[in-house]
Amino acid sequence: MTYLKTALLAATAIAAAAPAMAEWAPSRPIEFVVASGAGGGTDNFARTIQATLNREGIIDNSVVVLNKGGGSGAEAFLYAMQNEGNAHKLIFGTNNAYLLPHVAQMAYSMENLDPVAALALDEFLIWVKADAPYQTATEFVEAAKAEPGSVTFGGSQSKDTDETLVSLIEQTTGADFKYVPFNGGGEVGVQLAGGHIDAHVNNPNEALGQWQSGAIRPLCVFSPERMAESEPIHDGKGWQDIPTCQESGIDIASYRMPRTVWMPAGVDEEAKAFYTDALRQVAESDAWQEYLDKTSQTGVFLSGDELTQFITDNETSTVEVFAAEGWTSQ
Amino acid sequence: MGNFDLLMQGFGVAITPMHLLLMVAGVLMGLVVGVLPGLGAPNGVSLLIPLTFSLDPTSAIILLSSMYWGALFGGSTTSILFNIPGEPSSVATTFDGYPMARSGESTRALTLAFMSAGIGALTGVIVITLLAGWASNFALRFGAPEYFAVYFLAFAAFIGMGSAAPMKTLVALTTGLLLSTVGMDTITGSVRLTFGYSELLSGISFLVVVIGLFGIGELLSTVQEGLRFRGVASRIDLRDVLKTIAELPRYWATSARSALIGIWMGITPGGPTAASFMSYGIARSASRKGKAFGTGRPEGIIAPETADHSAGSCAMLPMLALGVPSSATAAVMMGGLMIWGLTPGPMLFATQPDFVWGLIASMYVSNLIGVVLVLATVPMFAALLRIPFAVIGPMIVAICFVGAYTVSNSTFDLWLVLLFGLVGYLFSKLDYPIAPLVLAMVLGHKAENAFHQSMVLSDGSLGIFFANPLVSTIMAVGIALLVVPKVLAFGSRFRRRIPVE
Repeated sequence: MTYLKTALLAATAIAAAAPAMAEWAPSRPIEFVVASGAGGGTDNFARTIQATLNREGIIDNSVVVLNKGGGSGAEAFLYAMQNEGNAHKLIFGTNNAYLLPHVAQMAYSMENLDPVAALALDEFLIWVKADAPYQTATEFVEAAKAEPGSVTFGGSQSKDTDETLVSLIEQTTGADFKYVPFNGGGEVGVQLAGGHIDAHVNNPNEALGQWQSGAIRPLCVFSPERMAESEPIHDGKGWQDIPTCQESGIDIASYRMPRTVWMPAGVDEEAKAFYTDALRQVAESDAWQEYLDKTSQTGVFLSGDELTQFITDNETSTVEVFAAEGWTSQ
Repeated sequence: MGNFDLLMQGFGVAITPMHLLLMVAGVLMGLVVGVLPGLGAPNGVSLLIPLTFSLDPTSAIILLSSMYWGALFGGSTTSILFNIPGEPSSVATTFDGYPMARSGESTRALTLAFMSAGIGALTGVIVITLLAGWASNFALRFGAPEYFAVYFLAFAAFIGMGSAAPMKTLVALTTGLLLSTVGMDTITGSVRLTFGYSELLSGISFLVVVIGLFGIGELLSTVQEGLRFRGVASRIDLRDVLKTIAELPRYWATSARSALIGIWMGITPGGPTAASFMSYGIARSASRKGKAFGTGRPEGIIAPETADHSAGSCAMLPMLALGVPSSATAAVMMGGLMIWGLTPGPMLFATQPDFVWGLIASMYVSNLIGVVLVLATVPMFAALLRIPFAVIGPMIVAICFVGAYTVSNSTFDLWLVLLFGLVGYLFSKLDYPIAPLVLAMVLGHKAENAFHQSMVLSDGSLGIFFANPLVSTIMAVGIALLVVPKVLAFGSRFRRRIPVE
């Protein structure tokens, strides 16, 4: 066994050395490990990249998508830990990769993951039922202040991005909401349309259908500037007509969720460079722009130091919220 | 334009040579993934999604949904022949399907299953056609307390008339509830009962447990009884198929009731698995005479199969109209929908009539194709039982392990299959019922979540379960199903003074 391994390694080494320091290229099918169940936002993110890579001929190797969404996505990151140094596995997630270990005892840590790139920022908005009494975000917050605990916020999972944002609104404005966790954005959306909760902070893509039909309406968006121009969606209003939360009186400049790609720790720099380049080509393609438009996300391309800086900033500010809520697991 | 005109327009979209070809291909592929346990419809459909990028959305959804129907049909095959459910929703089919096949009537069992499945699916599609607008509004009225009431009703319907000893039922039920709590909890975000095993973080997969309990457990019993495969060689004759079809009208009441249960559970996203259990439980409560359920009663096959398929097809409605998938497969298809650039929601019916009605029309056609294809293969599948145990036994073991591995590509699950194989063997030796355990695993976590959410909403008051007419009615029916049979049994025992055996 060992002998065979050595022989194989030697053979590979010779084969690799032959084209004199040629760039690294995948030699086997690549596995895309998705840190969510099939059908969610992270899943669509990974599958769009998979389709673009193959259709644009950026990577010829076949790509297999594997959903490991258990434990809010922890399953995928644990899988990365078990596959240290494996250059044929990419992990797709959000900021859950570095936030999960703060709220729950996890067997993996950031040491086990190597960030490759962030390709999009998903926006968060405050949505209320169309016939709700509040017209602006300020009115909404005032209502929650007037009767603490009477306004119900629904969200996806607990101690995850949605509840963090709701807590952040509470900490910033001094209002008091009741937070009810559900299984996913879709479920939360229906609960609002049915009037069982008062508000949610779903992503544009999750809420589009209900807004189109006039069941719900947005109050404000947690981005530094207004969203990109779009066709009118309902009642003559499009994404660009939604005020930012800061201009409507909630002092949170930006709260966005990055869509991130990771590799197991211990992978060669060349392999990482190969994937960074491939993902950059995806980010520059028309198909990617189309995906961003359809899902109303903001396109970015962060890699290397920029990405590390982004992660550090995002982690620090979020962990402050966790600490104030007493969620940190250590 | 009325729904009927739209449907006709949909048939125009759906019936083209290309689409018919896609339906046949989809159903055949679905049959294959359905027959293999573990590799269920959700996996099959997600594997196909990248292939659909080159198709237009209507062709793509026709291919994917046909595969779903095929998988639903295929899932019943292994349930009946080997006691290994191919799909979670065909677990309830094993209760009577397997005994019937074992007594030499495998052709009859399979035909009953496939025909009722077809009837269920068609009823479901007709309901979608008629109620497209109304049904999605009804589903909106379901908040957390209503969901809990529905799950409560499913438990009550199944357990109220349980024939096993009450204490043993309780043991099985609580074991199932305990198993369903393993892993990360949605409501609190805390990790429970994993004992430091990171493999347990995502919980114990229901399918893995079922494969162990039924597949391996059954095999162990067979081995103990002297390596004889208990499936008696059955006559394989197309006439048997026709004879079984002729006896179907006799069970119209069961079919109609089960279809209704399925429709309801499909629209108010309870899901096909819950529907099949509930329907089986109610069929058992409703039957008065004849041999006991669990020994090969035709109604015991008709009820879960009809409900499973009508729920499966009705689940498409909340997915399209609300963006809420009520089954795992619908969730995957919804992901596909978004990739193709369609936004599920109430406006989809208005903005994409060709897509929506093309899909609905294709559901009529592909389910008919499914029934024909699957009936044609009945003799072939039934012939599997003639193979000697020495050959088929190892094959079943292999299928079980491959199936369990494919659920989440984890070797840890293989140990779980072995463990639950032993549990299943002990359960059947000691006369503990397995069904309550399985039901608790399917619905336990959902019921717990809904209960917890209700408690958060009401600040801990149980009054929320009787706060409006809808939730009160469902709760009242549930309580009645749980209590009335016991009271009646007690009453009649008292009157006749017949001692308990």
